[in-house]
Amino acid sequence: MTLLSVQGMKTNIGQYSVLHGISFDVPEGGVFVLLGRNGAGKTTTLRSIMGLWQPSPGSVSFQGQDIAGMATADIARKGIAYVPENMGIFGGLTVAENLILATAKGKFDPQRLGRIYDLFPALEQFWSKQAWSLSGGQKQMLAVARAIIEPRALILVDEPTKGLAPSIVAAMGEAFREIAQTTTILLVEQNFNFARSLGRDMAVIEDGRVVHSGSMADFSADADLQGQLLGLSA
Amino acid sequence: MDRLSDTLGRFGGVNLLPVFLAAIAFVLIGAPSSWVTLTVAGLSMGMMVFLMASGLSLVFGLMDVMNFGHSAFVSFGAFVAASVLAALGGWLGSDSVLLASAALGLALLAAIAFGIAAGLFFETVIIRPVYRDHLRQILITMGALIVSEQVILAIWGGTPMTVPRPGFLEGAWIIGDVSIEIYRIFAFAIGAVVFAGLLVLLNRTRVGLLIRAGVENREMVESLGFKINRLFIGVFMLGSALAALGGAMWAGYETLITPALGGEMMIVVFIVVIIGGLGSIEGTLLGAIIVGLTANYIGYLAPKLALASNMILMMAILMWRPSGLRPAVK
Repeated sequence: MTLLSVQGMKTNIGQYSVLHGISFDVPEGGVFVLLGRNGAGKTTTLRSIMGLWQPSPGSVSFQGQDIAGMATADIARKGIAYVPENMGIFGGLTVAENLILATAKGKFDPQRLGRIYDLFPALEQFWSKQAWSLSGGQKQMLAVARAIIEPRALILVDEPTKGLAPSIVAAMGEAFREIAQTTTILLVEQNFNFARSLGRDMAVIEDGRVVHSGSMADFSADADLQGQLLGLSA
Repeated sequence: MDRLSDTLGRFGGVNLLPVFLAAIAFVLIGAPSSWVTLTVAGLSMGMMVFLMASGLSLVFGLMDVMNFGHSAFVSFGAFVAASVLAALGGWLGSDSVLLASAALGLALLAAIAFGIAAGLFFETVIIRPVYRDHLRQILITMGALIVSEQVILAIWGGTPMTVPRPGFLEGAWIIGDVSIEIYRIFAFAIGAVVFAGLLVLLNRTRVGLLIRAGVENREMVESLGFKINRLFIGVFMLGSALAALGGAMWAGYETLITPALGGEMMIVVFIVVIIGGLGSIEGTLLGAIIVGLTANYIGYLAPKLALASNMILMMAILMWRPSGLRPAVK
């Protein structure tokens, strides 16, 4: 069953046309990966879905409802969380305040909080610390934790492994595997090995268009296609 | 500069700057009674400037709006309060402290109410069309400030207006050789209460949490499901109400006001916001206290430098800390 359907989405930033009619379907459950080279339009795609940049023609349908043109806050309330490339944490707020802000009623569900502590023990340890004082990996954990502190149907995650140490990347991979059991993840990732280890379905964006989509297993097995679309050498 | 920061950090950080300033002034002034009088005057001036500047700092930090019209709220607050006090002259002149307090309270409430209403109008009609466009913000808010001054001229005229004070705020407490004006203590107390209220609002409520988050990253606040525009309106109304309250307090302090009052205070208010750090209430208080103390100490020690002292202070602090003393975003 399709959870998110993006059809012919075009986005202009200022006078520049960045997306030229992106189309792909994200099925419910698991991790869907958007791949592509730098500047292909992956981040713009996530931001356009989230309403942070308004797409012009085309449709974005979430759970069967058209959300294109909606305000970002309304899109978020439909059950879509966003973890931006810069993590978007509030540095002047404590870890606890960052998380409580993401709850719907200003109260923690003890069960979900317990799950977050299990996934990211460092957050419990630094609960009362201001977020700016966290390491890069801890900030990323906080950003992801904030996205799952409430039940969501879909999480948009933009390059979560960027600049992180290999051990943190591995821990993040484990966390995403666990989260994907209950929540669909639309992941933008440059680290192909990380993406391959998580993704069930995928699409490749090039110059603002989807040039390939299919199962991650098939794409992983096709070294020629990887080389052609991502510039990866066998 | 790094060594200065480290040394200061060991002694309590930038929060102790007013203490250092007061200690240096104590040595230079020599006479303890003059020093106490000047220090109280500086603290009370700082608190009144804090009232005017705190809202601007939040608006600047949260909305990224350069509102040069902010001082219009200060002017209107002063004139509205002065008019209410003049109208309630009978209450002010009575022997009853209760009646005089009621007149003062109504005058301050009228200024606040005007600030809230004017803030709603200003944000909706003038600011909203120019979000994210700094050049147009400067032009339109400067224009609004000029129009506001002309409206004040049209309503209240160009003749300086006398502001009556309740009897219990007149005079001074004499302690030994030291003379402390009662109104200054009152102004300090009002500023302290507002500061405490703002701290509770920002640190103990969900709305406050949203404001602090919005100062850092508006897009992310929206991505969490909150409509930032509603927050903008609320903060703008709060900021204009505080500015009007600051104007009302300043009117009582000066006792003679002109339509140029807001324009004259604008530079000081902007200096406070910049040296305090955008979006930070604690920084604004710190900046206001430092500016108030500096203005009074320099006015006594080197009167010819008084006008330039705040500018010199701002340049020195920005060379040391380009984002201000206590910016909201690290």
